[in-house]
Amino acid sequence: MNRMKGASALIEALRCEGVKHVFGYPGGAVLDIFDVIMDVKDIQFILVRHEQGAVHAADGYARASGRVGVCLVTSGPGATNTVTGIATAYMDSIPIVVFTGQVPTNLIGNDAFQEADIVGITRPCTKHNYLVKDVADLAKIIKEAFYIASTGRPGPVLIDLPKDVMNATLNFKYPDKVAVHGYSPTYKGHTGQIKRIAGLVLKSKRPVIYGGGGIIHSNASRELVSLARLTNIPVTNTLMGLGVFPSDDNLSLGMLGMHGTYAANMAVTHTDCLIAIGSRFDDRVTGKTDEFAPKAKIIHIDIDPTSISKNIKVDLPVVGDCKTVLKSLINMLKPKKEELSALRQRLASWHEVIKEWRQAYPLEYTQGKSIKPQYVVTMVDKLTPDDTIIATEVGQNQMWAAQYYKFKMPKIFLTSGGLGTMGYGFPAAIGAQVAFPSRTVVDIAGDGSIQMNIQELATAVQYNLPVKVIILNNGYLGMVRQWQGLFYKKRYSHTSLAVSPDFVKLAESYGASGIKVEEPSDVEGAVRWALNTNGPVLVDFRIEPEEDVYPMVPAGAPINNMLLI
Amino acid sequence: MRHVISLLVDNEAGVLSRVAGLFSGRGYNIESLSVAPTLDPTRSKMVITTSGDDQVLEQIKKQLNKLINVIKVVDYTGKEFVEREMLLIKVKAEDKSRAEVLRIADIFRAKVVDVSHSSYTLELTGNKEKLQGFIDILNPIGIVDFIRTGVIVMDREMQRRRPLR
Repeated sequence: MNRMKGASALIEALRCEGVKHVFGYPGGAVLDIFDVIMDVKDIQFILVRHEQGAVHAADGYARASGRVGVCLVTSGPGATNTVTGIATAYMDSIPIVVFTGQVPTNLIGNDAFQEADIVGITRPCTKHNYLVKDVADLAKIIKEAFYIASTGRPGPVLIDLPKDVMNATLNFKYPDKVAVHGYSPTYKGHTGQIKRIAGLVLKSKRPVIYGGGGIIHSNASRELVSLARLTNIPVTNTLMGLGVFPSDDNLSLGMLGMHGTYAANMAVTHTDCLIAIGSRFDDRVTGKTDEFAPKAKIIHIDIDPTSISKNIKVDLPVVGDCKTVLKSLINMLKPKKEELSALRQRLASWHEVIKEWRQAYPLEYTQGKSIKPQYVVTMVDKLTPDDTIIATEVGQNQMWAAQYYKFKMPKIFLTSGGLGTMGYGFPAAIGAQVAFPSRTVVDIAGDGSIQMNIQELATAVQYNLPVKVIILNNGYLGMVRQWQGLFYKKRYSHTSLAVSPDFVKLAESYGASGIKVEEPSDVEGAVRWALNTNGPVLVDFRIEPEEDVYPMVPAGAPINNMLLI
Repeated sequence: MRHVISLLVDNEAGVLSRVAGLFSGRGYNIESLSVAPTLDPTRSKMVITTSGDDQVLEQIKKQLNKLINVIKVVDYTGKEFVEREMLLIKVKAEDKSRAEVLRIADIFRAKVVDVSHSSYTLELTGNKEKLQGFIDILNPIGIVDFIRTGVIVMDREMQRRRPLR
């Protein structure tokens, strides 16, 4: 038995979980833990400049690496500052464990200094959370937290650590096994249902695969590609699913939904067999639900039973892990050689129709005298290696990145899809860079979003994390301005950012590098400069201020009802 | 449509809040709720009555199952079960009505649990309809106060029929 204090036990437990990096910020309630951390060599602590940044960094770390992201903050305001980050991870099913300090147990409920009921506050935006009341439970709780965060449909778990519990001593033994009575995710799909899917797919005339972020979580990208190749079925991806299917593949329709491609939305509207895999029929994907895939038998493969028939009634659901289910589906399809070749032949005419849609309205933009944001993203795509990690903020920058960057592999696109958190991208990029110090990491940002966590420039400089920030600066909160322009008679209420910092000087004041770019002819050189400059870089691209994101489906309209230009 | 759901949950602080928060956060309605520990003191049983169409009920059950502290969800819709609620009701009982209240109590097999010069407090158990009927009958006499527990349920064992000789 190893007798030690709670604070040391926490670090031991992190070691047992294989944690190598912790993002966080110290404070009064976690002084004991930080006192231990000071001498820890095998776990790197990364000091952010705002607790929200710590959670986004842990989230970006988790998305890029597939490992659980960890952060540690103090009680009260430290804890409440994590809430947006936790909600972001919850909506996008990202495995993170957040440790928060808490006032000593005898003061809980007394409105003590820096006390917040963070377990109560985060109850609806965590997969699960814990208040450790007895140091004897600490190891078991941490074990459970990592298990719950990373299995089934992943998600954030919070552990609240009262100061006296961290000071109390215990006999530390990390449990080998974990058993949570109320939690047993289903991995293996129902064989009968998978057989029925195979039957339906083989009989289909105009099938479409609609793949989401669940494919990334279950590492099922390879299986998805095999399924598509085997059957010749075209694939559209959600924002969260970008990268699971190579976007330069002939079968790729690109993204669907509000800012999806015309071909993807038309294909979904006309399909007779929609195969949803690890996706959750979000309103930004479906538009008007009554008219979503109206002619289709809908198949849904998802590990979370609550996702099934939540928004759209599903004809053929399978609860299970995408990878496991896809493997069995492929195994069932493979021997049916004749039916497969009949299917492939039958799909020729479907591919013809899709080709016409593609050609009618491809993603395009016109070059002008000022810099077009789409051109900047295209240049970033052209000049970066395939394994480059792209983070985005939220709004127009995010949609242009999704549309114009050609994602060819999973886990390289970090974006706040569900919650739509401005300020997510930069700290997430920092987290990803910590996980992969030698890979190129780019944050595609807007001038509004970047200012929401700009303080993390200090973190990037301190730990020499060479994140490249590409600001598409239009002087507006562009996406909101776009909606005001389209639906509120161009009444641009408070969406003009009349005052913004000089981003170049700002970057330099933090010890990073920056340049401002105003001419289209300078874009390529600027991107090259950013990629070749050591350390964190910020490029301020002054883009066409009134450029909008197209195509677009107005909120609540059917997705084939697109505004094309 | 009204539904009765019972939950087996971990008996620990915050579990009720997780369940109640799920209902309010997702816009579902709790009509009644009762909770008590089971024979195993680490577990509690909750009985919730709620309303909604089949799709809403399905979501409620799935969402409840997703809570880590919820071990089992039983939906009594379409099942045979015994349902009971308890009512404590304080009724005006002056001169003329004193005998009348007792007569009604007798008919419903309610118990008198407190008496004063001006009122009786009665205790009654039964299903929702029986309790409502009792309240409706007593209402004209004058109800001073009343309180109902949530519904509790127990499934009925299927009777095994003896083969005919």
